[in-house]
Amino acid sequence: MAGPMKARAKMRGNYTEIRVLMSHPMETGLRKNKGKVVPKHFIQNLTVKLNGKTVIEGEISQAVSRNPVFSFRVDGAKKGDKVEISWLDSKGDTNKTETAVA
Amino acid sequence: MRASGISALFIAAFALAIAPGAAQAAKATKYQKMVVEGSPAELFELVGEDLWQKKQGPKNASLEKCDLGKGPGVVKGAYAALPRYFKDTNRVDDAETRLLYCMETLQGRSRKEALKRPFGNANKPSEMEYLTAYVAGQSRGYKVAPGMSHPQEKRAYELGKALFDTRTGLYDFSCATCHGEAGKRIRASELPVLSDPAVARPVMATWPAYRVSNSQMKTMQWRINNCYRQMRTPQPIWGSEVVNAMHTYMMVTGKGAIYAGPGTKR
Repeated sequence: MAGPMKARAKMRGNYTEIRVLMSHPMETGLRKNKGKVVPKHFIQNLTVKLNGKTVIEGEISQAVSRNPVFSFRVDGAKKGDKVEISWLDSKGDTNKTETAVA
Repeated sequence: MRASGISALFIAAFALAIAPGAAQAAKATKYQKMVVEGSPAELFELVGEDLWQKKQGPKNASLEKCDLGKGPGVVKGAYAALPRYFKDTNRVDDAETRLLYCMETLQGRSRKEALKRPFGNANKPSEMEYLTAYVAGQSRGYKVAPGMSHPQEKRAYELGKALFDTRTGLYDFSCATCHGEAGKRIRASELPVLSDPAVARPVMATWPAYRVSNSQMKTMQWRINNCYRQMRTPQPIWGSEVVNAMHTYMMVTGKGAIYAGPGTKR
């Protein structure tokens, strides 16, 4: 269930903006299809690492839409720094992507 | 004194009647901007690129040699120059019908198999939607310049133009019934006056588009098909002369725009 993922990181003056696109169905577990409940399936944890060091750890829930897009602002990053973003969903699936600060 | 009081009241009431509309339009514009910021449209381009390079069909071939009008294998700027006339098919093709042609000729797939699911859903977008997103994305920054010189292209334009104003179906609607007057909208979606080049340009520069309300990448073939469905006409045939003529008419009206798609719509 790991569709494509895309990240971008850009210096914006004194901070770095990290933007990530993830493909995920983000099923709430409340929706029904032909009378049957579609089991919940959503990204639970989101981790952003900068040069291997965790800078953001997020817990997200059903309230986030399908194919989520997030952006973060991080202090103290430099051009060329490695950004790694990964997620873990409620079924235990994971996916990650890497990019460099531009 | 009394008269001026009444007129002041009248002016106040008039101002009240005008203000909410303008405020609503400003809110809708702001909302639209926010929607674009959070658009996952690029993900569809990535999957589309994989599909473009994927070998499949009886001939086990990819679409990389597909001629989208700029020569075999040239994707850059191709979408912005479509629809146009193709000698080999002897008709006016848009990106999607051209992709279908390549699936048939290069990959040896049957029309029936390749067109099994031209329109996908949120859980399973169609191959055509992914591919169109990829092809369209390769035209970002190119000027919209569909074919306008060949007699068949002119014919498609004239047919599309006539269809735009032709009332039909159970509701006796034409495209112009909704898209013929400025300021109309369906819920938060503004209905662009597509016969006006100034309005058509930004619209045609951003289709295909990711629709946030239903999490789907939608193409022009779908857009036209669904407009006719909403008009309660029989469903137009996918890639038919009528649909491609409509697409040609709209693209020609929007010519000169800098292509910026795939876009994001509500």
